[in-house]
Amino acid sequence: MSDEKIVCRCMDVTVDDIMKAINEGYKDIESIKRVTGLGRGPCQGKTCVPIAIGIIARATEKHPDEVGYITPRPPVKPVFFEMLAEEDSE
Amino acid sequence: MKEKAELVIIGGGVSGLGTAYQLAKRGFTDIIVIERDYFGSGATGRCGGGIRQQFSEEYNIILARESVRMFERMSEELGQDIGFRQGGYLILAHTDEEAEDLRKNVNLQNSLDVPSRYMEPEGALDIVPELNIDGLSAAAYCPTDGVAQPFLMIKAYVDKLKEMGVELHDHTEVLDIEVENGEIRKVITDKGEIKTNMVLNAAGAWSRDIAKMVGVELPNKPYRHEIMATEHMKPWLKPMVISFHNGVYFSQSHDGEIVGGIGDPDEPSSYNIKSSLEFLERFTSVVVRYIPIMRKVKVMRQWAGLYDVTPDARPILGPVEELPGFIQAHGYSGHGFMIHPMVTKLLAEYIIDGKTSIDIEPLNLRRYTSGETIQEKNVVG
Repeated sequence: MSDEKIVCRCMDVTVDDIMKAINEGYKDIESIKRVTGLGRGPCQGKTCVPIAIGIIARATEKHPDEVGYITPRPPVKPVFFEMLAEEDSE
Repeated sequence: MKEKAELVIIGGGVSGLGTAYQLAKRGFTDIIVIERDYFGSGATGRCGGGIRQQFSEEYNIILARESVRMFERMSEELGQDIGFRQGGYLILAHTDEEAEDLRKNVNLQNSLDVPSRYMEPEGALDIVPELNIDGLSAAAYCPTDGVAQPFLMIKAYVDKLKEMGVELHDHTEVLDIEVENGEIRKVITDKGEIKTNMVLNAAGAWSRDIAKMVGVELPNKPYRHEIMATEHMKPWLKPMVISFHNGVYFSQSHDGEIVGGIGDPDEPSSYNIKSSLEFLERFTSVVVRYIPIMRKVKVMRQWAGLYDVTPDARPILGPVEELPGFIQAHGYSGHGFMIHPMVTKLLAEYIIDGKTSIDIEPLNLRRYTSGETIQEKNVVG
């Protein structure tokens, strides 16, 4: 049964993509993030990671805690280079 | 887990998986690969994916050149896209001395069939029109250098190795290695024991700990290197841009993010891989100086990884004198991903044939006691 529902809107990852990764033997969120690309877009997984953890937990019959969580990457929101750069060195 | 194997590989990054693949390709499949975390969780998955042939030292140039030839065929060979893109490497020099080094290196690279070229700063504008060349003394460009996607590379190896019948275990930790009468007998993991006489130590920055299990001291030291990725953009930046002046590097990956980092000469050796705001400030300051339009680009995420650094910034490859079944494949000092195809091919040759098509003796651990080391100077990040 195919499920094209989008889980990660930034990187266009569907339920099917996640199920495929699980069937290939990846059972933790860190691996599945790397294999599918989910959580690597502008929102940095704020939307999709909890949903993906739920899907993985159900499919692998694990408690969500056992699926793990991704290491949150700074910054919390994307930041312009000009807000970080010091430009007095010219 | 199998009870015994001809070879146990410790480390599921490109060094370990690459060697497993090169061996399996030649029919040597009685291998177990052990990875403590997820595949590519060490330096491989944290690196910028750069592939450069512009080194200062002949041996590294040859390893990189042969590796590029292998990268060119890899997506097809493994049956999966590895995100390899040859946009070249543009190296920027600031001082006359750096310009002279670039010229010397280009001559050496050309003599070894690497098509790099030296140019005045204006020449760099043909490659990156957005570049601000104020204060630059020269540039060098090699069009066959490029980038690949580390996670696609890892996935391609993992899938191919499974298909070839090689046993892979992630989330499995090596606890000890048993040695008897100068020979390896057993690898003990938290998921079971494996009888073997041969171990490949491909544990990156943790290779020291593995070596200690058999009483071998390694000179490697871990150093944090920070890196970041921007939001996704349409392709506009063709090459990887780097400078040895400040240790910066950045390039656009095949999916449109600009990925880059900058070295910190004051970084102490440690296993710290936390991200810092100071890094973002330093990195963005250097980048907007080179490419002013980058002011309007957003940093999307940052992370860090460990360089596994040796005293001469060159890898440690091959057997250890006192324990010949203990083979080393680490110490890449920040340029492991780019030379791993040829390095792993040579390691496979050593394991199967007992000899290699390019002599790996200069990279044996014993060079640090015999005093025969040659320093690689061209290291960034």
